[in-house]
Amino acid sequence: MSVRIRVNGVEKTLDVDPEMPLLWALRDVLGLTGTKYGCGQALCGACTVHLDGQVVRACVTPVRRADGRAVTTIEGLAPDGSHPLQRAWVELAVPQCGYCQAGQIMTAAALLKAKPKPTDDEIEQSMAGNLCRCGAYSRIRAAIRKVAGMPEGEQ
Amino acid sequence: MHQRLLPFAVAFVFAGCGGPTADAPKGSTALRKVAPGELRTPADFAGIEDTRARSSALFLEASRVLTHPRCVNCHPNGDIPHQGMNMQLHDPPAVRGPDNHGVVGMECTSCHQDRNQELTRVPGAPHWALAPIQMAWVGKSPHEICEQMKDPKRNGGKSLAAIVEHNAHDALVGWGWHPGADREPVPGTQEQFGAIVAAWVESGAACPAKGARP
Repeated sequence: MSVRIRVNGVEKTLDVDPEMPLLWALRDVLGLTGTKYGCGQALCGACTVHLDGQVVRACVTPVRRADGRAVTTIEGLAPDGSHPLQRAWVELAVPQCGYCQAGQIMTAAALLKAKPKPTDDEIEQSMAGNLCRCGAYSRIRAAIRKVAGMPEGEQ
Repeated sequence: MHQRLLPFAVAFVFAGCGGPTADAPKGSTALRKVAPGELRTPADFAGIEDTRARSSALFLEASRVLTHPRCVNCHPNGDIPHQGMNMQLHDPPAVRGPDNHGVVGMECTSCHQDRNQELTRVPGAPHWALAPIQMAWVGKSPHEICEQMKDPKRNGGKSLAAIVEHNAHDALVGWGWHPGADREPVPGTQEQFGAIVAAWVESGAACPAKGARP
C-alpha cells in the first residue's frame, strides 16, 4: 500500500505495510532519527510527533492513520533550531542524556500552541505522558514556563 | 412458569438475576443458570409474567455488561479514566479534559487508535473517549445506571430507541466484547446485549429496585 504523508512540509509517498508504526516509517524509511524509540507502548512519550498538529505517539500509530495528513517531527519544528522552546532548552541546559527531549519538546510545543499561557496544572497534565529517566522535570517545566512568559521561581 | 413458582421468581429477579443473593432464598433460581461470560436471551425472561418485573430483570441482565470494568473504566465518576479489572487509575496519567477527549498533549487518541494494537497491547476503537461525567457509572448501582440511561439530560439526549441502537451497534460499545490482548471481555455478544436492551425497552424500560444487583 502506498501512503502519502506530508512530513515536515514535504510530500512523501511510502510503499510500506499500512500497519507499520509511524515511528518505523519516520526513522527507518525516511531517515528522520530525531524521534526516538523508548518503550514502544505509548507509555514514555519519547516518540511524540504531531499529526495535523495533534500530539501522537508514533510508536503505536499505524502509518495508515497519517495517510493524506501532515506529520511534524522534531526536525521540522524549526529546522534551524530557533523554536522558542529549543532556545529555552539550550539556555537552561535542560537535557541530561537527552534521549527523551525530542518528545518533551514536541508535546510542549503543542501545548503552547494551543495554550500560550498555560497554568502550572495544565503544564503538568499535558506533560504527564513524557517521562524523563534522568529526572530533568524541573528544568523541563522551567523552560516551558520561560517560553510562556511565566515568572521564574514561582512554580 | 408454574403459578406456585411465580412469586419466588419475581422476588428473585428483583433481587438479582446472576445468582442467589442475600435477599433471595438460597438454592432457588428462576432463571437459567449461565456461565460468567454468557448472557441470557430475552426468551429466558419470558416466564416472568409481570411486565414490570420482567423489564427490571432484563435491565439487571444488561447491567452485567454495564457494570463490568471493561465498560465502567471509561465511565469514571471523576476526571481520570480507570483501567484493568482492578479498575486502577489510568497510567500514564490521563485526564478527562474539557470535552472528554483528554487535554492537549495527552488526548485519548494520542495513544489509542481506531482498533486494538495487539503487539503493543494498547486498546483501541473508533472515537475512543471518556463518557461525559453525567454518564458516570463508577460506584453506581444498576438502578442508578438505569435511571441515568433513560434520562435525556444525562444520556446525551437519546431516545430509548437511540439507546437500543447505541448499545446494539456502536463500535466503541462493541469494543467491550473485543478488548484485545489478554483482557477479559464483557459477557455475551453485542448482538445478544442489544437484544436484551431492546427487550428491556419493549417491556417498558422499568428500572430494578435500588438494592438489586445482578
